[in-house]
Amino acid sequence: MLARVLALIVKELLALLKDPKSRMVLIGPPLLQLVVFGYAATFDLNQVPFVVYNADRSAASRDLIAHFTGTPTFHLVATVESLALIPALIEQRKAEMALAIDARFTRDLLTGRPAPVEVIVDGRNSNTAVIALGYANQILSDYAASWAGEHGASAPSVLAVRARYNSNLESRWFIIPGIIALLAQVVTLLVVALTVAREREAGTFDQLLVTPLRPVDILLGKGIPGLLIGLAEASVILVAAVFWFGVPLRGAVAVFYLGAVVFIIAVIGIGLLISALSATQQQALLGAFLFMVPSIILSGFATPIANMPQFVQWLTLVNPLRYFLVVVRSVFLQAASLASLSTEIAAMAAIGCVSLIAATVMFRRRVY
Amino acid sequence: MSVRISRRLRGLVHKEFVQIRRDPSSLAIAFLLPTLLLLLFGYGVSLDAHHVRVGVVVTQPTAETASFTSHLQHSPYFAPVALPDIQAAERAIGRREISAILWLREDFTRKLLAPGGAPIGVMLDGVDANTARIVEAYLQQTWQTWLAARAAESGAPIPGALAVTSRVWFNPAVQSRDYLVPGLIAVIMTLTGALLTALVIAREWERGTLEALMVTPVSLREIIISKLAPYFVLGMGGMAVSVAMAVWLFDVPLRGSFAVLVLAASLFMGAALGMGLLISSVARNQFVAGQIAIIVTFLPAFILSGFIFDIGSMPEPIRLFTYLVAARYFVAILQSVFLAGDVWSVILPNAAALVVMAAIFLGLARLVTRKRLD
Repeated sequence: MLARVLALIVKELLALLKDPKSRMVLIGPPLLQLVVFGYAATFDLNQVPFVVYNADRSAASRDLIAHFTGTPTFHLVATVESLALIPALIEQRKAEMALAIDARFTRDLLTGRPAPVEVIVDGRNSNTAVIALGYANQILSDYAASWAGEHGASAPSVLAVRARYNSNLESRWFIIPGIIALLAQVVTLLVVALTVAREREAGTFDQLLVTPLRPVDILLGKGIPGLLIGLAEASVILVAAVFWFGVPLRGAVAVFYLGAVVFIIAVIGIGLLISALSATQQQALLGAFLFMVPSIILSGFATPIANMPQFVQWLTLVNPLRYFLVVVRSVFLQAASLASLSTEIAAMAAIGCVSLIAATVMFRRRVY
Repeated sequence: MSVRISRRLRGLVHKEFVQIRRDPSSLAIAFLLPTLLLLLFGYGVSLDAHHVRVGVVVTQPTAETASFTSHLQHSPYFAPVALPDIQAAERAIGRREISAILWLREDFTRKLLAPGGAPIGVMLDGVDANTARIVEAYLQQTWQTWLAARAAESGAPIPGALAVTSRVWFNPAVQSRDYLVPGLIAVIMTLTGALLTALVIAREWERGTLEALMVTPVSLREIIISKLAPYFVLGMGGMAVSVAMAVWLFDVPLRGSFAVLVLAASLFMGAALGMGLLISSVARNQFVAGQIAIIVTFLPAFILSGFIFDIGSMPEPIRLFTYLVAARYFVAILQSVFLAGDVWSVILPNAAALVVMAAIFLGLARLVTRKRLD
């Protein structure tokens, strides 16, 4: 029996790897995605174009502007002579931020009254807006502190902020471990979901049924290639994440692989279920897609689960990707132990059991 | 002659519509998929951090610390959790129960009044770097307003104090949904436009029915038009559903004109259908066509269009690459038309780029299909 399943696994792998188009789909795009998205998917702000309106024109206000131009976050594109010119520049996306310094700026600073400064950001991208405002506030309070220091006064208190696990708050350290999970899921799901449908469309599924293979053997033969390919894909991206992108891998690789195996088995169960339910490749593809997109969105890959409405948060509980993302990120950045991830691994195992049982039941129904 | 040609074309288009009606999966791609995706993204994707759980450790409670924690309590951004000591807080951040620690040390009140003091230690959970940044920005803001309120109460002059007014134009409530939903429409329409044509035509290649069409007197141009026209109608239908949902369900303001929206959408749909046609002609196989459609259209539209990640912050080579992503231009138009209005200096260049993209993709698709016919 083992030999029979092994033969089916070999046949399945050959079918996938011998066909140049399928092979290309398995190897090229995931790597391309890793590189492109690894560099592009960043929330870090660089060179945010901003304009200045300086009604004060004093040494103090010029010093304030120098505080802004001195960071790589902001890039001064224009100095305008009138407040009325700012709206057009922001509307046309020439600038994303405007800094307006009031004519009373120096006078108020010297008399100890709060000196008026206005910061305007383009809210068409609210994420950039909030982060740019955060940076601007930081620069303004640094400026206030240094001004007070130079004038011999006691500086207003500032927050001493530090970040754990990712001290420079690099988005890449968050996104790239996420891509490992994401691509492992995409590749495994497509491989598994389309195999049965392809055989059914080509008519070779009936031939498979007249062989001595039992439905369970067929399931194993279809599922295990998915596991192998998924793990291979995850390993390649893991290596790239560490050696190419320089994301620190602080935890144990064994914990990562344990999580990966459990996760991929859960994905295989879902893939087989989609396969069993669909008669054509188009249906299988649509099914895979209808699972994949929600599972990516509701996983916390790009945006936090905590920001979602409560009922959507409950939905995420049945999403295996959600748990694997926690495993990958904690292993990478927090050096998490197996014990601290037991809830996540148990949840993925439970999803795997349910989906595999459902797939077997659906399969038997289709076969007999 | 021209009458006969148009009758032939009508026949082909009619056949295509009959096929669409009989096969619910294309209708599902055109209408159900955008609806589901928009619901999903609209509710699932949010960058607004509200009620972030922040662990507050107060080593020595005083009137000052009580004033600050109550100030924090009243902020919509934070849900403070009181923790007995810093060790408990460190454990909680390790277990991902809180996103940040605020530590008011024993000398908080004394240092608050002394020069150059930094009486509050903030530790962020840096695993999710973006959320950490937003939390930091909100904390800074809360801290500044508290200091300002204290200063106002005391009435004494504070050297170096700034009165910062911050304003967020076009989206004063800073709702991420208002900018995500318009961008989302572009992402979803890329997907439906390209996937629809890619799968449908690849299926005809697979079944050999397209080759059967080739031996009829129908010209290549007529075949392409007959394939594009029905899916253009379907795609625009999906677009209409998405816009309606954006305006009425998600309450995104539509400040620009509807005509600009329709025009830009038609241009974009031309480019998306062209991509789908090109993919199906190259792949001629549903499995490969579907995969390519998802990988070369959906994911770039998601990540490289500026819909969620800021293009200006990407490294130079990637930024140049985004010029090849049709969704980039459509996202720029959508975000302006929805939130700012008809800003011609944004709309015209981007619309011109869409015309070029549509021409390139449709032209390439035609070229590839012809070559393969020989």
